[in-house]
Parts: sequence; C-alpha cells; structure tokens
Amino acid sequence: MPIQEKCRILDHQKVAPFHFKITLVSKYISSHAEPGQFVNVRCSQDYDPLLRRPLGVHNVNPEEEIFELLYEIVGKGTELLSKHQVGQEIDILGPLGNGFDINKDKKVAILVAGGMGVAPLLYLAKFLRSTIHDPRSIHILIGTKTKELILAEKEFKTLTDNVIVSTDDGSYGKKGFVSDVLLETLDPRTIDASATIYACGPKPMLKAIAEIAFQKKIDCQVSMEARMACGIGTCLGCVINTTKGYQKVCDDGPVFDAKEIVWTS
Amino acid sequence: MDKLAIELCGIKLKNPVMVASGTFGHGEEAAKFVDLDKLGAIITKTITLEPRQGNKPPRICETASGMLNSIGLQNKGVKDFLENRLPTLAKYKTPVIVNIAGESAKEFEELTKILNKEPLVKGIEVNISCPNVSKGGMLFCFDPRATRELVATVRKATSLPVIVKLSPNVTDIALIAKEAENAGADVISLINTLWGMAIDTNTHKPKLGNITGGLSGPAIKPIAIRMVWQVAQAVKIPIIGVGGIMTGADAIEFFLAGASAVQVGTANFVDTQAPVRIVEEIKEYLDSHNISHYKELVGKVTA
Repeated sequence: MPIQEKCRILDHQKVAPFHFKITLVSKYISSHAEPGQFVNVRCSQDYDPLLRRPLGVHNVNPEEEIFELLYEIVGKGTELLSKHQVGQEIDILGPLGNGFDINKDKKVAILVAGGMGVAPLLYLAKFLRSTIHDPRSIHILIGTKTKELILAEKEFKTLTDNVIVSTDDGSYGKKGFVSDVLLETLDPRTIDASATIYACGPKPMLKAIAEIAFQKKIDCQVSMEARMACGIGTCLGCVINTTKGYQKVCDDGPVFDAKEIVWTS
Repeated sequence: MDKLAIELCGIKLKNPVMVASGTFGHGEEAAKFVDLDKLGAIITKTITLEPRQGNKPPRICETASGMLNSIGLQNKGVKDFLENRLPTLAKYKTPVIVNIAGESAKEFEELTKILNKEPLVKGIEVNISCPNVSKGGMLFCFDPRATRELVATVRKATSLPVIVKLSPNVTDIALIAKEAENAGADVISLINTLWGMAIDTNTHKPKLGNITGGLSGPAIKPIAIRMVWQVAQAVKIPIIGVGGIMTGADAIEFFLAGASAVQVGTANFVDTQAPVRIVEEIKEYLDSHNISHYKELVGKVTA
C-alpha cells in the first residue's frame, strides 16, 4: 500500500557528471518498498514541471529508516531535484508498482543493468543476497557507454565477486554491449536454464536480453519505463504494448515477464 | 460544512468539489490515498458500451504548466463497469456521476438506459468533447444541431440529472451551451481538454502516438475561466467549472466566473490530496472573508 509523504533529505551526492544519489528519510517506504518498485517524486513546488518523476528504489535501510534513489539529470524535473539541499523535504508518493518476482526455487540469479538500470538492481541484489542466494550464484553485469558513467560498481562488489563491467567504447572493463557479455556469461558449463535473468536498462538493450533469454529458455524479468503521470493506475497514460494488450507500467509493471512484451511496438 | 453544502440538479453534495472524469479512475484506485467521502462527487472515467483498448502509446507528454494526453477512452465497457467497478463505490456516501461516451447517438442512448436502472448512479455526464477519438466525441460538440439532438436523445432516455461536458475547441461556446440547455441538459460542465500537439525536436516526430492530444493542467485555467464566464451569461442552468484547478483560490475564481461547482482533474496526478486540500482551502477562504456560504460568490465577478 503506497502513501504520499514529505521525506527529509539526509544526503545528496553527485556520483557522476550528471548523476546523483539522494538519501531520504521514511520509516514507511524504507520498510515497505520491494525490489523493483519505484516512487513518484515531486521535483517542483510550482507548476513547471507539473508532473512527478518516477524513480526506482535504489537501496533501503529499514533500521535507519532511510532509502536511496539514484538518478540522472535528463530534463527540467531531475535538474530541479538535483538542486535540493540536505535538510529540505520532498513530496514522495510510494512505494509503487509491482517489483521483481523473486523465484526462490531458482538457484542462479543474473542481474543485467544498462546505464541507469543499476538503480533498482542494487536493491534487488542486496535482497537476493540477504534472503536466498549464495554470493557465488549471483551474477551481475553492468554495461554503460563509457567509464565515467559506471555507477554503483563498488556497492555491487560488496555483495558478490561475480561482477562484470563492460563499456561500449572499451574505456573500462570488457568492450562491447552488455548483451554480448551476457552471452559469454551464459556458458552452459556454468549456468543452466534454471537461472533467472533480471534486467533493467534502455529498451533496445532489454530487447536484446529478452531475445537471448528466449533462445536459451531462461526466465527473464524486465523493468520497463514509460512517460507517467499519476503513477497509481488511474490515468492510463503509461501503457506499453504486451501480449495481453496495453498494460500500465505503473501498476501492472514496472517489472514484466520479458515474454509478454511486444518489443516491435 | 454548511458553508459548502449544495443541491445541484437534485443531487445533494456536501461540498462543490468533484473529481473530473479520467483523473480518478473509477474511484477505488484513488481510495488508497483519499477518503472518498470527503469529495463532493465522484465522476468516473468515461465508459462506453463496448470495451475500448485506447490509443497507441506514448499517451502523455508534459508541456509548460500542463500536459497533453491521448488516452483514447480506454475502458472495459459498461458490462464490466456495472459488475466490477460500480459496486466498489457502494460503501461510500459520496454521489457517483458516470461519464459516458459513444460513437453514435444510439450508443449514448443505450448506455443511458442501462445506467438509468442503477440506484448507485446519481447522474450522467455526457462526454461530447473528447479530442482523442475519431468517431463521436468532438463530432457532436462542434455542431450546435448535433449537440441539441444528442442531448435530447439522452434526456429522453433517463430520469437522472444530465450533465453535458463541453469542448473548448469551438468558436462559440455560449451557442453550444444554449443548445444543450434547450435540449434538456440539467447542468453544463466545462471545459474538456484543449486540442494540442507537441513535437520532439530530436526525432522530428510527434511526442504522442496519436499525434495530437488534449491539453490540461494550470496552463488552460484562464481559458476555462473565460468560457465559464461566457456560458454563465448565456444559460440559466448551473455550470460546473473544470480546467487547471490546483488550489482553493482557483476554485473561488471559477465560482466568481459563474460556476456552481468545480471538478479537479490533472491536479489529482500531481497531488493525491488535491481535492480534499482544495475543500479545506475553500473553507479557509470563506472564513477569512466572512462569507456564510460559497454560493454568495457564484457569478459575482464585477467588471
């Protein structure tokens, strides 16, 4: 059950040229948010920009009653958000949506992040690590365009040794797309079809990952994005095309079974 | 609460703040955040006779102090509404007004007859102003004669109060409003969204999958105020003002222009507490201005 509340900013750090990590105080959200869920953030007190911005929950700490969001400045809303100072309050609606469906029977989890896709996957990795998984059975693949855009690498490495970083331009880690790195990782000698892939990132990357998962007959869950208004399922503005017809990213998703997405639309 | 209670075409409202169609689902979705019993009325998302899948995404895009939408009246049809949606509202005291649309006068008539039998439905809002569907919708509201004929058809099909929601995308709003009044409308609500468009300068493509959409939010409020004021001069039946209301002061502005009640729409997307907060802000305004009932403000703009 989501709530709307004012959350105090405990910390706000620039972590890359256009990327920030904000730590917010909320007893409720820190203890109720599930991996893959998001919050809808009001970035302006004024009417421009008017709408909230949906941001995936990056990390939670229920003991300290805090949660983190990782975001990139992509427009007016996130630009305004980045100007907020420690101690200020922000109006937050959440936690929202359906997160990852964590299948406890699966022995191996492969998390694939493209660019900002690391945001919800860090919380997922932490959750998997604390509940069901041996660190050796969690594989994390992070792909970005270039070295300076790699986020949360250190945090992932505290959870497992199986962290593979790649850059499109080869400036750090392996050179190439994260989907190609996934193909190498899916060596049948190490990973069989009992694994689950959890992916978040740009749509072309998710499409490539979904195709690989389909060919290898591996379950795959993808976290989708769409322009959103209400975030609570009332406006029907954020739909995407699926095999079940139009589905709302905000409350049918944002996490979907990759097989259900109509990737061509 | 006496300062805010009103009877509008026979519907008893505890306050004049309703939630606008399409911005509040069928009520139950928003009930997680808002006590529905604090609202004046709930106007449900448009329903049609048959299910509609709606328009191709992307369906929304933000604009300066507003947003464009092209949802395209996605809904599961009247059968699903009566079986699964309407019953969830039975536990609330707030009156339910059902917004309807159709592709022909016949469809409006049939829908009205079905809803007329439902004790939970206290009124019908006729949506002849959606800019996002190719058939029906704006075809009616552009043409005074088509408006008159459609409203007369709906009027004949029900004993419930008939509210007609007008489009701002016309040259003479007062003329259309008068036709609706003459054809038997009990109330006029206005405005629906303004027909708009936005283009992505990187891809050179429209930002909406449907190319065009309806503009809403604070950006359209001055147009809505002007149109309410014009219609208030032209008709005798009550007016419900809609368009960019974000605060109690915005609602007061609509009352002064001639609205007897208001609908809060896009504000619901920004602040789930908006309608309840606006009720409180109206009350505070009345207290601080020593006004015994908000009705004293209706139409009292002085030039």
